[in-house]
Amino acid sequence: MDHPVPLLSVESLGVEFRTRSGTVHALEEISFSVGKGETIGVVGESGSGKSVLFYAVLGILDPAGRITGGRAVFGGLDLVRASPSELEAIRGREAAMIFQNPRVALNPIRKVGHQIEDVLARHTSTPSAALRQRAIEALASVRIPDPERRYDAYPFELSGGLCQRIMIAIALACSPSLLVADEPTTGLDVTTQAAVMDLISELAHKRKMATVLITHDLGLAAEHCDRIVVMHAGHVVETAPTADLFAHPRHPYTARLIATTPHGTSDLRSLAAIPGYLPDLRRGDLPACRFSERCDRFEAACTERPLARLDAGQPHSVACRRPL
Amino acid sequence: MLRLIGRRLLAAIPNVIGIVVVTFILTRALPGDPAAFYAGPAATQEAVEQVRAKLGLDQPLWKQFVDYVGDLARGDLGLSISTGQQVLDEILRRLPASLELTLLGLVVACAIALPLGILASTRPGSWIDHACRLVTTLGVSLPIFFTGLLLAYVFYYLLGIAPPPVGRLDSMYSPPPHFTGFYLVDSLVAGDVGLFLAAGKQMILPVLTLAIFVLAPIARMTRAAMLGVLSSDFVRTARASGLSSSTVLYRYAFRNAMLPVVTTMGMVFSFMLGSNVVIEKVFAWPGIGSFAVDALVQSDYAPVQGFVLVMAMLFVAINLMIDILYTAIDPRVSIDD
Ligand SMILES: Nc1ncnc2c1ncn2[C@@H]1O[C@H](COP(=O)(O)OP(=O)(O)OP(=O)(O)O)[C@@H](O)[C@H]1O
Ligand code: SF4
Ligand SMILES: [Mg+2]
Repeated sequence: MDHPVPLLSVESLGVEFRTRSGTVHALEEISFSVGKGETIGVVGESGSGKSVLFYAVLGILDPAGRITGGRAVFGGLDLVRASPSELEAIRGREAAMIFQNPRVALNPIRKVGHQIEDVLARHTSTPSAALRQRAIEALASVRIPDPERRYDAYPFELSGGLCQRIMIAIALACSPSLLVADEPTTGLDVTTQAAVMDLISELAHKRKMATVLITHDLGLAAEHCDRIVVMHAGHVVETAPTADLFAHPRHPYTARLIATTPHGTSDLRSLAAIPGYLPDLRRGDLPACRFSERCDRFEAACTERPLARLDAGQPHSVACRRPL
Repeated sequence: MLRLIGRRLLAAIPNVIGIVVVTFILTRALPGDPAAFYAGPAATQEAVEQVRAKLGLDQPLWKQFVDYVGDLARGDLGLSISTGQQVLDEILRRLPASLELTLLGLVVACAIALPLGILASTRPGSWIDHACRLVTTLGVSLPIFFTGLLLAYVFYYLLGIAPPPVGRLDSMYSPPPHFTGFYLVDSLVAGDVGLFLAAGKQMILPVLTLAIFVLAPIARMTRAAMLGVLSSDFVRTARASGLSSSTVLYRYAFRNAMLPVVTTMGMVFSFMLGSNVVIEKVFAWPGIGSFAVDALVQSDYAPVQGFVLVMAMLFVAINLMIDILYTAIDPRVSIDD
C-alpha cells in the first residue's frame, strides 16, 4: 500500500519524563507514519513506550513529560508545535483514542449518555435538543442493545465489554479520521475481546478510518493490521507490512519475538524467552542500540551513533547495524 | 432518597441511646458535689442533704436514670441550678449563636480551601502548591485558642481595627427581632443594614479563627483528592476526547474529588462544633459552648447533659446530611447498600 501523503507522520520524536529518581528517556528518534484509512499495529514489551508515544502525539502527556524534539504532522498541522486549544479541537474530533480497562476509563459518576453528549457538544454544532438523539445513535452504532435505556446507565452498571463499546462510541462520535486503540481488549474476557476487536475493525473499514492498534499480542496485530511498527525501549526498531515482517524479520528483536510466538498468538507480556530486560531508561549512558545488551549479534560497530536506520522511508525499514 | 433518610435515622437510634446513657454516667462521674456547692460553704450537713433530696440526688442511680429518661422523653432537659432557667429554652436560645459562627466559619474555610486545593493540584510544585502546603502545616500546628487570642490581640488590641471581643453585638445595639436566631439573617429580615454590619463585624475574628482552624484539613484533602482524580484513567479519556480543560477540571475531576472532600467537611464541622467551647470563651460569645463550660465549672449537671445531648444530635444530623450529599453526588452509593 502506497500513501503519498500520510495522515499522520511522526519524525524524530523524543519524549522525556522528569522524575525524582532522574530523567526517563522514554522515547528517542521515533519515526513512522500512518496512511489514510490504514490499520497499523504498534507492538513491543511493556514499558517500550507505545502508550507514551500516542499521548505525546495527542498532547495528553503527564505534566512530568516533555517532548524534546521532532514533529508529528497530522492533516497538515504539526501537533508538537500546536497550541493546547488547537490540540483540544483535534482530539476527539479528528483523532480519538480508546484505552484498556474500560470500566475505569469512563467517568464513574456521570451517565454514559451524558459522557457522549459532552463530546458532541464540544466538537459539533448539534443543537442541545438533538444531543440526546445523537448520543443514542452513537450507542446504537457500536451495537449496544437497547440504547435508550443504556443512555441513562452509569459505568458501574455495565459490563467491561459494554463499557468498551461506550468508549468506542465516545471516540467515534465525531467521526475522526484516526483512532488510536491502546490495548482495547486488555481487562476484558476472551469472548468479549474478539467481539470488541471485530467491532473496531468493522467500523474502521466502514468509515475509512485509519486505526492504530497498540498491543502486546503479535497474533492480534497480524490478524488486523496492514503494517506493524515494532518498538523496544523507546525506539522504533522495525516497521514493515505485516506479511513481510513475519516472513522476513530483519531486526534481531523482531525475529526473537516472532520465533518465541509459535503461531503468532502468544502474548508479549509472558515472554520469558527473550533474555534480559529492557534497559533502565533513566540511565545517562543508554547505548545507541538499546537492544545491544540483549543481542547475540552485537559487535563494536553497534555502539556507533547515530544508530543506523536502513531503508528509512521504504515500506520495510530497520534500525540496526547488522540486520538479519 | 426518603427511604435512605429513614434508614439512616433508624440506624442513628442506637447511637442516641448510647449517648443518653453516657451523658448520664459522665455527669455523675464528674468531680464535685453539686448539693454541697449549692447549699453554700456555710451550710450544715442537714442543709446539704435537703438540697440533695430536692435535686433528686439522694435516689439510687437507676431511679435517677429512669427519671432522667422520662424527662427527656417529654422534652424536658431539666432546670439549670445556677440560673433557674429551663435548660432546653436556654440551649435553643443560644444554639443559633453557635451555629451561625460555625456555618460561616465553614463557608469561609471552603471558599479559601477549595480553590487553593484545586489550584495546588493542577500546578504541582508551583508557588501556589507551596502556599497550600504552608497553610495546611500552619493550620494543624496552631491551637485554636492561640489563633483566637492572637487575632484578638493583633487586630483589636494592637491595630484597633477589629471590634472588641464582647459577643454578638456591641452594647450600643440591641438584637434584631427573633426570626431565625441568626443575627445576620434576622437583621436583614428586619431591614436594618446598620445592625447587619455591626453583627458582621463582631463575627469577623471568631469566624476567621474557626476558618483558619479547618482550612488545613479541607485544603489538604481537596489537593490530594484532585491529584488522585487528575491522574485517573477517566480524566485521561476526557482529555483524549478534547473536552475543554475547564470541563475536565470541574465536571469530570472536581465532582469526583468532592466525594472524599464532603466526608472531610462532615468531620471538620464536628470538630468546629467542639471547638466552639474555646472560641466562645475567647470572644465572649453567648453560644451553647460557653453555656456548657460555665455550668461545668459550677457542677450544674443539667446544662452539661443537655449540651452533650444537643451536640450528639447535631453530629447525627450532620452525618445524615453528608450521606444525603454523598448520594446526590455518587450514583454508586444508593445501590451498594
Ligand atoms: N508519568 C511518567 N513518569 C515517568 N515515567 C513514565 C511516565 N509515564 C511513562 N513513563 C515511562 O515511559 C516508558 C514507556 O511507558 P509506556 O506506558 O508508554 O509503555 P507501554 O509500551 O505502553 O507499556 P504497556 O504495554 O505496559 O502499556 C516506561 O519506561 C515508563 O516507565
Ligand atoms: S544494532 Fe547491533 S546490537 Fe543492536 S540489534 Fe542490531 S545487531 Fe543487535
Ligand atoms: Mg501502554
